[in-house]
Amino acid sequence: MKPLESTIGRMPTSLPVLTPVKAPTATHCPYCALQCGMNVAAGSEESGAGETVTITPRQDVPANAGGLCQKGWTAGELLTGGQRLTTPLLHGEPAGWDEALDYVADRIRQVQAEHGSDGVAVFGGGGLTNEKAYQLGKFARTVLRTSQIDYNGRFCMSSAAAASNRAFGMDRGLPFPITDLAEADAVLLAGGNVAETMPPFLRHLTAMRERGGSLIVVDPRLTATARQADLHLQPTPGTDLALALGLLHLAITEGHLDEAYVAGRTTGFDAVRTSVASWWPERVERITGVPVAHMRQAVAILGGAGRAAILTGRGAEQHAKGTDTVTAFINLALALGLPGRPGSGYGCVTGQGNGQGGREHGQKADQLPGYRKIDDPAAREHVARVWGVDPRDLPGPGRSAYELLDALGTAGGPRALLLFGSNPVISAPRAGHVTGRLGSLDLLVVSDLVMSETAAMADVVFPTTQWAEEGGTMTNLEGRVLLRRRAVTPPPGVRSDLEILQGLAVRLRGLFSGEHASAGADPARAFSTEPREVFDELRRASAGGVADYAGITYERIAAETGVFWPCPAEDHPGTPRPFLDGFPTPDGRARFVPVEHRPPGEDVDEEYPLYLTTGRVLAHYQSGAQTRRIAALNAVVDETFVEVHPDLAERLEVSAGQLLRVVSRRGVAEGVARVNPAIRADTVFMPFHWAGANLLTNPELDPVSRMPEFKVCAVRLERVG
Amino acid sequence: MTRLVVVGNGMAGARLVSEVRARDKDVRVTVFGAETWQPYNRVLLSNVVAGSMLADQVRLLDPAWYADHDVTARPGVEVTAVDREAQVVITADGEREPYDVLVLATGSEAIVPPVPGAGRAIAFRTLDDCQAILAAAGTARRAVVVGGGLLGIEAARGLAGRGLPVTLLHLAGHLMERQLDPEAGVVLGETLAGLGVETRTGVVVEEILDGGVRLAGGETVEADLVVLSCGVRPVTGLAVEAGLKVARGIVVDDEMRTSDPAIYAIGECAEHAGTVYGLVAPAWEQASVVADLVTGADKGARYRGSRLVTRLKAKSVELAAMGETHVDESSDTSAEVVRFSHRARGTYRKLVIRDGRLVGAILLGETAAVGTLTQLFDRGGPLPGDRAGLLFPGLAGAPVADSPVRMPDAAKVCQCNNVTKGQIRACWESGARDVAAVAAATRATTGCGSCRDAVEGIVGWLCEQEGVSA
Repeated sequence: MKPLESTIGRMPTSLPVLTPVKAPTATHCPYCALQCGMNVAAGSEESGAGETVTITPRQDVPANAGGLCQKGWTAGELLTGGQRLTTPLLHGEPAGWDEALDYVADRIRQVQAEHGSDGVAVFGGGGLTNEKAYQLGKFARTVLRTSQIDYNGRFCMSSAAAASNRAFGMDRGLPFPITDLAEADAVLLAGGNVAETMPPFLRHLTAMRERGGSLIVVDPRLTATARQADLHLQPTPGTDLALALGLLHLAITEGHLDEAYVAGRTTGFDAVRTSVASWWPERVERITGVPVAHMRQAVAILGGAGRAAILTGRGAEQHAKGTDTVTAFINLALALGLPGRPGSGYGCVTGQGNGQGGREHGQKADQLPGYRKIDDPAAREHVARVWGVDPRDLPGPGRSAYELLDALGTAGGPRALLLFGSNPVISAPRAGHVTGRLGSLDLLVVSDLVMSETAAMADVVFPTTQWAEEGGTMTNLEGRVLLRRRAVTPPPGVRSDLEILQGLAVRLRGLFSGEHASAGADPARAFSTEPREVFDELRRASAGGVADYAGITYERIAAETGVFWPCPAEDHPGTPRPFLDGFPTPDGRARFVPVEHRPPGEDVDEEYPLYLTTGRVLAHYQSGAQTRRIAALNAVVDETFVEVHPDLAERLEVSAGQLLRVVSRRGVAEGVARVNPAIRADTVFMPFHWAGANLLTNPELDPVSRMPEFKVCAVRLERVG
Repeated sequence: MTRLVVVGNGMAGARLVSEVRARDKDVRVTVFGAETWQPYNRVLLSNVVAGSMLADQVRLLDPAWYADHDVTARPGVEVTAVDREAQVVITADGEREPYDVLVLATGSEAIVPPVPGAGRAIAFRTLDDCQAILAAAGTARRAVVVGGGLLGIEAARGLAGRGLPVTLLHLAGHLMERQLDPEAGVVLGETLAGLGVETRTGVVVEEILDGGVRLAGGETVEADLVVLSCGVRPVTGLAVEAGLKVARGIVVDDEMRTSDPAIYAIGECAEHAGTVYGLVAPAWEQASVVADLVTGADKGARYRGSRLVTRLKAKSVELAAMGETHVDESSDTSAEVVRFSHRARGTYRKLVIRDGRLVGAILLGETAAVGTLTQLFDRGGPLPGDRAGLLFPGLAGAPVADSPVRMPDAAKVCQCNNVTKGQIRACWESGARDVAAVAAATRATTGCGSCRDAVEGIVGWLCEQEGVSA
């Protein structure tokens, strides 16, 4: 199949300064879900401190087409910087691999003997390759036989995923190629700041605007992305749901309802029409602070567009009502007749590098590979057959991420935790409490490339390989499966997560122990260390599931620059736009679901009179474990800050650069004041890449997705000194 | 099991019923409604008149909702008496329905002025009224709306939007005199004139004729459709006859309880702390309090009064009025008034500030400030010192256009790759003469791409300078 081409044009790119000894390897960026294509050229056969690695953007990947942000350009430092872990650590001391693996296996046996299988928990990450995520889920269910596995994607994509599943029967972040955006006449982006979080994404929106299309951005801050918008709606934090209901109300009363589409391709509209009748724009204005005139403008733009897309990001999703907020935006998209029409649709802008693939293959508490549900008997049957075990031996659903972290070390909670590709000491809500829970464990095992804040607490640290040192697949925000290739040799002493899982599997055996009827399989074979072998098994496990990878091979990905799932057979072309002919619901129709706005879990009051919202800055990524170790990125910003509106600064007599203390019901954090009219005067912003912001955030959970309320809580500001 | 009976199935009653069900699945609920319609959203009636919504699209609950939620609905059944001794309500047919808790949500009724021929006019209050207005509007050539309050203006605007010439007659000296000061009233009248609504203020209607309206003084305004919107009065007859304490409305305390503790009253029939509210927001807050109390979901729930924001819902007329808007500035020195008026543009903005807090405002004409000001009024939040910025948001924060000439060398041009103007200049000095060359050397423009024009501008300016100096 012919690869999809970029619509954003080729970028001028710098040429490698060095002459590499090896030809550059075509792979992808280690960071976000855009998975920009890049060529990595090593200065010598072996990477490591002192070596040089040159990175240039690939032109053949439509998502970035030659663009890269500073994080991408400087990612080579991850390979050559001197802060790499290169030996296992046992209670902080260097140890041999066998010694460390034996220790962990012994301790797991002890904990499980005392507390049962669920005494051991696993926590994964949205940055892990599909192969690792798949293997981690399999390891938890078959070797540890624990139900207690979840991952940090719960903090990321879960609300959008839950809403998409209930509306469309499928959660594929963008159910269309990113290049469709450039062809749209209008895009509404709610709660996303792509200009900073995934800069080359903005090129697609710029291309759309250059063709005459309009960009609408919904954000409590006038972000770098909002500055590019034709219309910026600046709601009170925690009120996106009301705004979406108001927009739908107006779309109906202003005559933009696509009645033929609603009648032919959806169900449930009448109940939604009735419920949004109560969200007339003047009522919504009072709740959101967004002027009615701006709502009318937004609806006129969307309703008048031939092709339009509605996108949501974490700003709309990371709330205790995030699922309903996304549902409200999906309802709007359905009323306008967008999903499943060429060049239009609803999509979520996935965050983490493999945030899409990571939520499909079984590291989620309620899930088995192929986006199957763990409580579905047919799904258990299918996956157990692939794994060569008895479906009755597979555990059921376990706790969601925050509930899991909150239960650690408590009566009835897990006593041991194996953690891969995550840094919850920085990234979990109410992080001070979570740190305390981690500290109460009998055993904490962390696999990481650097000494993250969480690794620093661990009894055992496994040094693991990273992006350009390993192969595997990543599924980007479009649902396009990409090939991560090995460009450099990992430093001596470092092993891949697949090797670590195999090392533990052969020691612990679990369902592969011979005591089980289904046994007989060799744990070393059941847990291959070869990504391609793991992927081939993943293909079989996912076959027939919603996220069907059966027809995707490494060769095809290489030849086609990525393959869109679902792809059920090797002669199937993949599915760039899965909803064109129908929705994967039982009746083939998309479902309207009525939802109601409600206030945030914690609203402002006299004691805590300001909203806190959190987010990212351009130069850093997630918990900062990688980017805070790169000099060029620290040169841009190397400490946390508190963004304050000038009116608020005036009232509190705060000036730029002054140290502020931010206090919530859960903790205290400090940061330097940045005075900026881009934020609402009733709200402060802190980036979450440093310890601080998440000491304050509210762990109240969405009832459906179990997403914590990262994006809004009540705080007060105090001047330090 | 508690038996809850609600009399009135309008905005307040229907809201109460759904709020109760959201909290408690077991309470036995019976709701009586005098109108035969399913409960509908009165706020949206002006949309029906304007034609942007159909009559069956303004309902508050779907017909199936009652059966799905095990609520007994009695639309079209009027309750005529309350026997407080026996704790039963009695319907017009003599049916008796016992209650443990009774909530009166009887709302209000349109005031019809006692002038000859009033029967020829249509009051604007209910969905039936809307149907009648729409039927008449289909054949009418000219319409008169009597009453220049919020609803009268919305009705007039809606009819004008259907292409009908409309004359709006108002008794007071200016439109919406309770919410607006005279100048705002004048500006609003001018805005309406541009939309096909002629306004006559200070006029007294003496008789409704077959083909128009006769004013005091003898003048006749021609019309074949006359709509009355002359205010409302609380419906309290049932409460009076039951011996409850009634002033203008049914008197309630902070729990919305009447003088009989088993009986609550909410919405436009209730009078709390001397105030009868005529807007939906207070009615819904009251419904929430009663639902909390009746179900025990929050026994501490109390209603403490509402701040009133009046927002006109009429296409192409942006008007918000809130709180205290009438201030005698010559005598009242504790009030600070900030005002901007631009009649030619239909703009009038007035803020009334006391002790650094917003206590009232009029915002006429489109403004991005309306959301922020409404929230500052609602929350009583402290105001910034810069009052101009309040009226003209974006004034202070407007970005200064960075010309390549004025930009300092330290200014960041490419955020994505952290490239300053100085670095671009240095790059140019070492030979780069176009964006591609600058990008190759500095990575500027290779991220989000939004600095491309800026980089182009700087390179162009440097090349120009070179030409000048050469």
